[in-house]
Amino acid sequence: MRRALHLRAIAPYALLLPGLLWLVLFYVYPAFQMFLVSMWTGNLDAGFVQSWNWGIYPEAIAEYWPWLARSIVYGGLATILAFALGFPLAYAIAFRGGAYKNVLLFLVIAPFFTSFLLRTISWKIILADNGLLLGPLKDVGLLSEEFRLLATPAAVIAGITYNFLPFMTLPLYVALERMDKRLIEAAEDLYAGPWRPQGIIAGLVIGGVLGVVVGAVMGYGPVVVGIVGAVAGALVGTFLISQAFIRVTLPLALPGIFAGSLLTFIPAVGDFINAELLGNPQSLMIGNVIQARYLEVTDYPTASALSFVLMLAILIGLFFYARLLGTEELTGASV
Amino acid sequence: MAATSTTTSATAATATRRAPTARLGRLIDRWLLPIYVVGVTTYLILPVAVMILFSFNDPTGRSNLNWREFSLGAWLNPLGRPGLGDAVRNSLVVAFLSTLVATVLGTMIGLALARYAFRGRGATNILIFLPMSTPEIVLGASLLTTFVASVQLPLPEGLVFPLSIRTILIAHIMFNISYVVVTVKARLANFPRHLEEAAMDLGANEWTTFWKVTFPLILPGVIAAGLLAFSLSIDDYVITAFTSGQTQTFPLFIYGSQLRGIPVQVNVIGTIIFVTAVGLVLLTTLWQRRVAARDYTAGRA
Repeated sequence: MRRALHLRAIAPYALLLPGLLWLVLFYVYPAFQMFLVSMWTGNLDAGFVQSWNWGIYPEAIAEYWPWLARSIVYGGLATILAFALGFPLAYAIAFRGGAYKNVLLFLVIAPFFTSFLLRTISWKIILADNGLLLGPLKDVGLLSEEFRLLATPAAVIAGITYNFLPFMTLPLYVALERMDKRLIEAAEDLYAGPWRPQGIIAGLVIGGVLGVVVGAVMGYGPVVVGIVGAVAGALVGTFLISQAFIRVTLPLALPGIFAGSLLTFIPAVGDFINAELLGNPQSLMIGNVIQARYLEVTDYPTASALSFVLMLAILIGLFFYARLLGTEELTGASV
Repeated sequence: MAATSTTTSATAATATRRAPTARLGRLIDRWLLPIYVVGVTTYLILPVAVMILFSFNDPTGRSNLNWREFSLGAWLNPLGRPGLGDAVRNSLVVAFLSTLVATVLGTMIGLALARYAFRGRGATNILIFLPMSTPEIVLGASLLTTFVASVQLPLPEGLVFPLSIRTILIAHIMFNISYVVVTVKARLANFPRHLEEAAMDLGANEWTTFWKVTFPLILPGVIAAGLLAFSLSIDDYVITAFTSGQTQTFPLFIYGSQLRGIPVQVNVIGTIIFVTAVGLVLLTTLWQRRVAARDYTAGRA
């Protein structure tokens, strides 16, 4: 009996120890080491010394803030677009999937079974100036010969959106699937109808603002894209959004929205493959800078400083986001 | 989105109020949503289809970016590029070993979290969550700085520096642990504890109970976690690029040849990996269904 009690007390720690030790040695300690390296001075040939050069942080941020800002804008836009694409998909699978539910879920995760790089290279083939997408459109005269998608910010954002769409869709699906569908019927029995006129106004504003931002970032004329966005938003707000959706479905989907947007935004901000393969020199992101500073010019201090800033920015954002949405069970939300 | 559903038991007044919305709702259900779903799933699958299609291409020159004509050339000689065989072999070795170690370590943590109340639980949860919420480039970069800085420590030569397949392995085990924990923990949520207690009551010790009762029950979750870890490892480019040194893996080979022109063989191996992964997932799903059906009949008998 005594022995059993003793075993019970140390068993959890014995189970935890090897794995947690690995994470401490190769996750926690490296983050600290990276912080130390950011305040090194020197170069790879002559050697580095720990000079505690705090000044590297303001210097690096002053020099590279456009790349940092661009990463946050691209990552944010890709997250919003993935949500706009993924929510109706998750909704359709969870509520109307029927016999096709498993097939559809399988199609959502199927891209994961192909290399991330190969998928992005496929987009390069699809978006090429006379490729699978633009070639036919140009042949029938719908687009001018000069129009291009590859090597534009639009291609980078589209590529990021594509790559992380399953990360957005799956948590949304899980949240919607868990929801008690009878609650919607109950809301409708209690006279929840179309969401007017708020739906039209909300649609106009959200669609318009999003359109202006997308237009400005992608370089397609903010006014035109803004008007298109506002009209589309108003249509969606008028015909597709009901009171039951706003009052019941959306609040219950919040854990999924929380998990999905984190799983999309965090890798999107740090991504450099899409900018490298689908973008141009003016659409590079902070990941490209970090990668080049480390692996091409071996400027370890600056690269470490930028990398540390990126990590810190995400952790701070994460903290406020978690408080805002009141989600405490972080590991639970990301399942 | 939320189309108003038709209510059969509606009163006359609400029926007139709802009639137009109900018709619209049916229209959306019948046409708009299915068309949308087909559109988005096509968007998701299109690049995969293009990859498979271009594995049958016979490109002029070295770059496989334009369709020319059908050919089985690359399929007949899938490793026929200098360095490709080594890269694929390294990828497989890293994926197998990192999956093995991460699955064992992660399952242990998952078991501890799901079955015991202990001090430090919150801290453990955060430590598991953090690697998954750190951008890959930061994980890779911090490991690189650690490996480079380790020359100042009294470590045996070649353990972590210079960079090698060993450092790739360390990195892959690290990022896989969290995913294994999360997957195993999710499967353990409704674990039937009374079966273990029954085994112990019948005289089995903890060791026998674990292998005869607990392990068979958590095996599907462990396999799912292992498959996830394997696919994450074999596909990883970013962290590997920072921890590989001169060692090549398949994703590094793709990236390296990306600038000079990607050989068709890369698409062939990509297709083989895709088909194998899909096959394995289908097999485990079928196996789990059979196990579930067997348990169901056993339970009824």
